[in-house]
Amino acid sequence: MMKGIPVKLRLTLGIAAALAASVHVAAHADTAADVKQQCGSCHALDRDYAKAAKHERAERKAPPLDFAGNKFRREWLYSWLQNPVRLRPAGVFPPAHAKPSADGDVVDTTTLAKHPALDAAQAGKVADYLMTLTPFDGLIAAETYQPGTIAQRMGQMNFGKFKGCDGCHQDAPDTGGVSGPELYTAWQRLQPAFISAYIAQPAAWDPHTMMPVGDANTAAVHKLANYLKLIGEKQP
Amino acid sequence: MKTLLIAATLSLASVTAQAAADSGKQLYSVYCTQCHGVAGDGKGINAAQMAVQPRDHTDTKEMSARTDEELFKVIEHGGKSINKSVLMPPWGDNLNDDEIHALVGHLRALCCQKN
Ligand code: HEC
Ligand code: HEC
Ligand code: HEC
Repeated sequence: MMKGIPVKLRLTLGIAAALAASVHVAAHADTAADVKQQCGSCHALDRDYAKAAKHERAERKAPPLDFAGNKFRREWLYSWLQNPVRLRPAGVFPPAHAKPSADGDVVDTTTLAKHPALDAAQAGKVADYLMTLTPFDGLIAAETYQPGTIAQRMGQMNFGKFKGCDGCHQDAPDTGGVSGPELYTAWQRLQPAFISAYIAQPAAWDPHTMMPVGDANTAAVHKLANYLKLIGEKQP
Repeated sequence: MKTLLIAATLSLASVTAQAAADSGKQLYSVYCTQCHGVAGDGKGINAAQMAVQPRDHTDTKEMSARTDEELFKVIEHGGKSINKSVLMPPWGDNLNDDEIHALVGHLRALCCQKN
C-alpha cells in the first residue's frame, strides 16, 4: 500500500498513526479519570459496594454506575446528562427524605439536590465512556425478551392490581408510588434486555437493592416490560 | 467461677439480642417505612397513592392477633401468600431468614412495647 512513498514519509505516517491511536486511548483514559473525579464522590464506579454490609444501601448518595453500559441507552445518557430531570421522586434513599405530617409521611423535596449538568461535548464523552462499563454482558445475553405489544388496560391492571408495581413506581406523572424510580420514561432510558432481566432478578444486579421480586415468571416479566414499552413510547 | 461464667453468658446473650433489635430497626427503616411509615403507623410516603392501605404496625389489637410464624410468612412471601393485597411485596429475595426474624422482633416492639 505504501509502495512509491519515500521511506522518510512512510516513517512519519507510521508515527502519526501510532500517535493517533495513543491519543484515542488517552482520551478514553482521561474521561475515565474525569468521571472518577467528578462523579465518583457520589456514584459507585466499581463493584465494592456489593461486598460491603447490607447497610451500605442506606448510605448511598447516588445509584451505582458500575454496570451503566448494560443498563442505559446511550442516546438517553447523552441527553439526560445535559438536562438531568428527576427520576426518583423521593431521592436515592427515600427514608432519608421522608418526614411525618398530619396526612402521613411526605417527601421533603427541599432535601433533594439538583443533579450537575454537562455540556454537549462532555456529555458525549461521558456517555461513550459509561457505555464501556459492561460487567453483566452474560446476564444480558441470557435474556430472551423480544419487545411486543400489550393493550393499555391490560398492561395497567397487570402493573397495578395484579403485581403491585404501582406501590413504589409511577407509570404516569404523579400517578403511583414514589419510593422507586419513575417508570414512564424507563423505556427511553433503559435497554429492553435490562428491563426484563432486572424485573426478574434485581438482586443479581445489585445485592442490596430495595426492589423486591414481584413475579419472576418469564412470561409475566415480559408482559410487564411490554407495558413499560407502551407507556414509554407515549412520552415526548 | 460458675457465677462468673453465667454472668458472661448472660451478657453475651443480651449483646446478641440488642444487635438483633438494632438490625430489625434498621432493616425496617430501609425496606418497610416507605409504605408503613417512619412511625410504623401505615402512613408511608407511598400510602397516599395506594389502593389498599398498609397495615398500621402500632395497632396492638390487630398485630397481637398474628403469630410470629404468620408475620414471618407474609414478610418472606408477600400479601398474596396470605390472601391479602399484592401491594405487600414478598421480601424473600432481598432478606435472609435471620433478617426476617429480626424484623418480626421489631414488629413486636412496634406493636406491643409501648413506653
Ligand atoms: C452530588 C452527588 C452526585 C454527583 C457529583 C453526580 N451525581 Fe449522578 N446522580 C446523583 C443522584 C442523587 C442521582 C439520582 C437522580 C434521580 O434519581 O433523580 C444521580 C443519577 C445519575 C444517573 C442516572 C442513574 C440511574 O440509575 O437512574 C446518571 C447516568 C448519572 N447520575 C451520571 C452522573 C455522572 C456522569 C456524573 C459526573 C459527571 C454524576 N452523575 C455526578 C448524584 C450525583
Ligand atoms: C417496594 C418497592 C418496589 C416495588 C413493589 C417494585 N419496585 Fe421496581 N424498583 C424499586 C426500587 C427502589 C428501584 C431502584 C433500585 C434501588 O434503589 O435499589 C426499582 C427499580 C426498578 C427498575 C429499574 C429502573 C431504573 O431506572 O433503575 C424497573 C424496570 C422496575 N423497578 C420495575 C418494577 C416492576 C415491573 C415492578 C412490579 C413487578 C416493581 N418494579 C416493583 C422499588 C420497587
Ligand atoms: C409497597 C408497599 C409496602 C412495603 C414496602 C411493605 N409493605 Fe407490608 N403491607 C403493605 C400493605 C398494602 C399491607 C396490607 C395488606 C392487606 O391488608 O391486604 C401490608 C401488610 C403488612 C403486614 C400485615 C399482614 C397481615 O397479617 O395483615 C405485615 C406484618 C407487613 N406488611 C410487614 C412488612 C414489612 C416487615 C415490610 C418491610 C420488610 C413491609 N411490610 C413492606 C405494603 C407494603
